[in-house]
Amino acid sequence: MTLLHVSIAGRAFRRYSTYTAATLAGIFTNCVFGVIICFVYTAVWDQRPHAGGYDVHDALTYAWLGQAMIMTVAVWGGGSPDDLAERIRSGDVALDFYRPVGILGWYVAADLGRALFHLLTRGIAPTIVGAILFDLRWPAGPLTWLAVAASIPLAVLVSFGLRFLVAMSGFWILDSQGTKVLAASAAVFFSGLTVPLVLFPGWLQNVAVVLPWATFLQVPADIWLGQRSGWEVLVGLALQVFWAVALLALCALVLRTAERKVVVQGG
Amino acid sequence: MGELLTPLVRYYEISALWVRASTTYRASFWMLTIGGFVLTGVDFVGIWILFHTVVSLGGFSLREVAFLYGGTGLAIALADMFVGRIERLGSMIRLGKLDTMMVRPVPLLIQVCADEFALRRIARVLQALVVFGWASAYVEWSPAKIAMATSMVVSGSVIFFALFIAFACLQFWTADSAEVANAFTYGGNTLTSYPLTVFPGEVVKALTFVLPLAFVNWYPSLYILGRDDPFGFPAWTQVLSPVVAVLMAGVAALVWRTGVRHYRSTGS
Repeated sequence: MTLLHVSIAGRAFRRYSTYTAATLAGIFTNCVFGVIICFVYTAVWDQRPHAGGYDVHDALTYAWLGQAMIMTVAVWGGGSPDDLAERIRSGDVALDFYRPVGILGWYVAADLGRALFHLLTRGIAPTIVGAILFDLRWPAGPLTWLAVAASIPLAVLVSFGLRFLVAMSGFWILDSQGTKVLAASAAVFFSGLTVPLVLFPGWLQNVAVVLPWATFLQVPADIWLGQRSGWEVLVGLALQVFWAVALLALCALVLRTAERKVVVQGG
Repeated sequence: MGELLTPLVRYYEISALWVRASTTYRASFWMLTIGGFVLTGVDFVGIWILFHTVVSLGGFSLREVAFLYGGTGLAIALADMFVGRIERLGSMIRLGKLDTMMVRPVPLLIQVCADEFALRRIARVLQALVVFGWASAYVEWSPAKIAMATSMVVSGSVIFFALFIAFACLQFWTADSAEVANAFTYGGNTLTSYPLTVFPGEVVKALTFVLPLAFVNWYPSLYILGRDDPFGFPAWTQVLSPVVAVLMAGVAALVWRTGVRHYRSTGS
């Protein structure tokens, strides 16, 4: 982390903050989906009040946390790796390799800036609306808030690692759109956005909770709800750190391989 | 007759062009198509997982929910495939593409909807068809029910056609508000994937009288599944879908005309 990275993050934050109408429209859409999901969850938890170890308040809170995390963590893809994908397609990426700043650090910083903007807008606004409309659960104390605050940037880093790998697939197959859609399907399902992972049937749940996507929503939500307490919080954060480090290391490795592969046409 | 068909022929010609272009990157085309299938497929897997926890949702079984899901899924998938590109109206305005289209001798709406026509969106149609087919296997079919199912899919598609067009027109006024439309189109699709008994009575009234999404699949499905209306609406609401579809198409046409009249280019 250098002053340069902070300023890259700041620029990314400002870039996204330009589109006010788009942000408001997005918040509105998140709220509509939040309300729909709450009614469905209410119907489920009315029949089974302790499904997946959640009570109905946990489930409703989970629905809104899910809406808050969609853009913050970029579950569907997007963020700075999309810029890289475009630069790979156009060939501009060749210039990036000659800059005196590492590519990976540059894009991580830009994505963290974007994530902060989305957390403050698309994250917080729907949560407030959800809290007005429904009886939601809040983190139990300052320590839990602190753990949530640590968990969110870690989730962004894990998601960034996956999105960056997807974008880099463009070095080999030219157009990474296809990989992006496949990755989005996996992310939407295994993050617990479609249905909380706690409702997954036994074997599938055992697998899903250790996959990188579990760190997007399920881990932060369980810390928020107090479903993870004491040591379990640290275990959850450790899982996030593990995937963040592993994926970023893989990104660096793939980037080095790609660098040798890039051929600048002409000139 | 020829007059009426010409725009459709133009639509076909423009979209065929884009299909040829998109199949050039073969690997990407197939991954996008399979990805589209999986991406909407996980929605239904989600419902299936919910039914691991509960036996019925709002008094409806998994097969009945699958029928509702398939009905609205087919409707939005067809609408999305044929007119879904209109959600990029804002960027067409920004890039000045719309001005180019206006001077061409093909109806503007046809050009906007056929622009970058994506054949891969057929994956979504197929995915909905698979669920719909599975649920249909448990329905006791009669000629009247088959007619009702046909009318449901056609009317449902037209209702979503109209919603896509009407809400995209917001972009004539604020170019980066595309996502508001999502709340009504994709949000409406998610909403109608579940039995409306899951929602409060006011929501159902709103979906009947204000934003008539209940006519996409709910009312015709009640007839096909042989269920009494849980909210006590009269039985004739179940045959109203085609009427609602025509009304919605009229509203959408009006909004589109107003939008185009209001349009003043980007200036620079």
